[in-house]
Amino acid sequence: MQKKTSNLHAKFNAFVSTEGFKSFASSIMAIIFGLAVGFVMLIFANSKYAFDGLIALLTGGFADGMKSLGNVFYLATPIIMTGLSVGFAFKTGLFNIGGSGQYLVGAFVGIYISATWTFIPSSVLWIVALAGSALAGALWAFVPGLLKATRNVNEVITAIMMNYIGVYLVNHLIPLSPIYDSTRNQTVPPRSYIPRAGLDLIFPDSSISASILIAIACVVIVYIVLNKTTFGYELKACGYNQNAGKYAGINEKKCIILSMVIAGALSGLAGGLAHLANTGKYISVVDVLPQDGFDGIAVALLGLSNPGGIFLAGTFIAYLRQGGFFMQRYGYVTEVINIIIATIIYCSAFSAAFKNILTKIKSKKNNKEQKKVAGEEK
Amino acid sequence: MSIFYFIIQQTMIFSIPLLVVALGALFSERSGVTNIAMEGIMILGAFAGVLFMKYVQPILPGQPVFILSLLVAGITGMIVSLLHAYASINMNADQTISGTAINTFAPAFAIYTARIIQQVQQVSFINQFQIKEVPILSKIPILGGMFFKNAYISTYIGVLILVVSWFLLYKTKFGLRLRACGEFPQAADSVGVNVYKIRYAGVIISGLLGGMGGLIFVVPTSVNFNASVAGYGFLAIAVLIFGQWKPMKIFFAAIFFGLMKTLASAYSTIPFMVALNIPTNFYKMAPYIATIIVLIFTSKNSQAPKACGTPYDKEQR
Repeated sequence: MQKKTSNLHAKFNAFVSTEGFKSFASSIMAIIFGLAVGFVMLIFANSKYAFDGLIALLTGGFADGMKSLGNVFYLATPIIMTGLSVGFAFKTGLFNIGGSGQYLVGAFVGIYISATWTFIPSSVLWIVALAGSALAGALWAFVPGLLKATRNVNEVITAIMMNYIGVYLVNHLIPLSPIYDSTRNQTVPPRSYIPRAGLDLIFPDSSISASILIAIACVVIVYIVLNKTTFGYELKACGYNQNAGKYAGINEKKCIILSMVIAGALSGLAGGLAHLANTGKYISVVDVLPQDGFDGIAVALLGLSNPGGIFLAGTFIAYLRQGGFFMQRYGYVTEVINIIIATIIYCSAFSAAFKNILTKIKSKKNNKEQKKVAGEEK
Repeated sequence: MSIFYFIIQQTMIFSIPLLVVALGALFSERSGVTNIAMEGIMILGAFAGVLFMKYVQPILPGQPVFILSLLVAGITGMIVSLLHAYASINMNADQTISGTAINTFAPAFAIYTARIIQQVQQVSFINQFQIKEVPILSKIPILGGMFFKNAYISTYIGVLILVVSWFLLYKTKFGLRLRACGEFPQAADSVGVNVYKIRYAGVIISGLLGGMGGLIFVVPTSVNFNASVAGYGFLAIAVLIFGQWKPMKIFFAAIFFGLMKTLASAYSTIPFMVALNIPTNFYKMAPYIATIIVLIFTSKNSQAPKACGTPYDKEQR
């Protein structure tokens, strides 16, 4: 019996000392700290309802039961996708700051195809539209990738430039195309939507659609590509050390271009998924970059660039945002949520330091136990 | 001729904030710390500056309030940059993380604070800072019209910052040490330079200039501040890379970009450009496309500081 418990104990110890657990523990610490800062913000804004506000924020994702939860997944879909996009590029040592532009051109092409390609039956048109979104995003990221690989142009600057080019090009094209609603200065609703796939039965009255399933599929695919294929290994090798990769016979130019193109396709798809989900979302013709691309950076960092982590991080941020709607009832501005998210990201920067502390505590404990065992043997 | 003067004057309004912020980022990156937090630093600097301006303007009108507000903006930027410095220098964190955190935090905090202080999120101020004619200097033929009419005092401050930055970076002991820390910190450490201190100095200077740059951007282009600097922080980083991490090249990059921006927004006043009949949005795209094209021909030998972005590890000596 005693042997069994000590066996379990050893297993627990082994689990606690894994990298994954340490990352998880440090993320939890970051979240707790972020929420504490958020609570202080609520107190400063209006101390009377601060506690109610915090509860509303934390439970908002469940406030109306499955409906709220469905909306959480709806809000999470695009930022999981842009998070995957940024995280994927990170793995190859590239910083895809162009998610916003890729998202926007993806959204435009998706709406355009779904509203005007009437020769395709509307039951499958959304698939074609989404493919168009991904292609547009890929094309937008191809430029920074190509220039980085062939001309050594810093991908950050090209991606920033492509963001703005995307905004102005889309603003130019929308009024010229049949998808323009000139009285509202925005795009018309698409003709073919992503189906609900029965999810509306589980999450009634919510905005959920098969988008979230597509996002989950992308999470799985990216995980497999990065961790189970030679191609993914090559991408990561280039990210760790370009020269070593080159020495090992990896075509690093191809890696850079493909990594950016795939990242762009993910962000472009994010734009398509967000705008074809039958929630009345449209593109306004204004000179402003969509926020979702920048949110992707936050999601990727919180998720430690791992596909699974990105899924959790995106869902968590969406959960807070959903809670933010309920927090507004007490007169608090939703910006508090971004302050919380910023604090969590900032604290996650300390994860390396926090992991060291955990390791130290572990090794102290181990030392003690070893001494104890040594004493018994004597 | 008046169109020519107008274009130059407008170019200054676009270029100077880019120049100041890019020079700020230069100090951070040459010391070895990537600073993508410039957008957030600009926002909080501009926010504090405009807020100060709003409340002090009724008591102290004219240029002095602008200069004091610039100081407030700069000090705010320095405080914000300390967050970035602590994470990336003391905690050896990935330097994009705290930058992203600050960029997320800044607009949210500005709106949150504005709503608490004055209920609405826009902070308005009275723009009384344009100098119609600088005495004596505006009488100089051509140059007077270009640089000393309808100008802002921030333009001259920006040029002064450029000169001081160049001097500091290339003519002082501090500058040499700063550059060494960005290229090969282990070597700098081996001869007794405190890498951590130098990097702190670099990041804090970037905060000072970033905060000031935020206000310099907002004042000539608006009469209220709405928690945004329209992506100028990211553009400034683009200008920094475009300028190959060198002050004079950054100056030309900022002028180039500002001129393209001006032509894009003021082309309707230039008869020859109207005659071309090119859609507005293509003019708006032009600065960004032109930048990419220039970079294609100039990036082959990138001059990025070698140690930029990597936390300093003493044990790697």
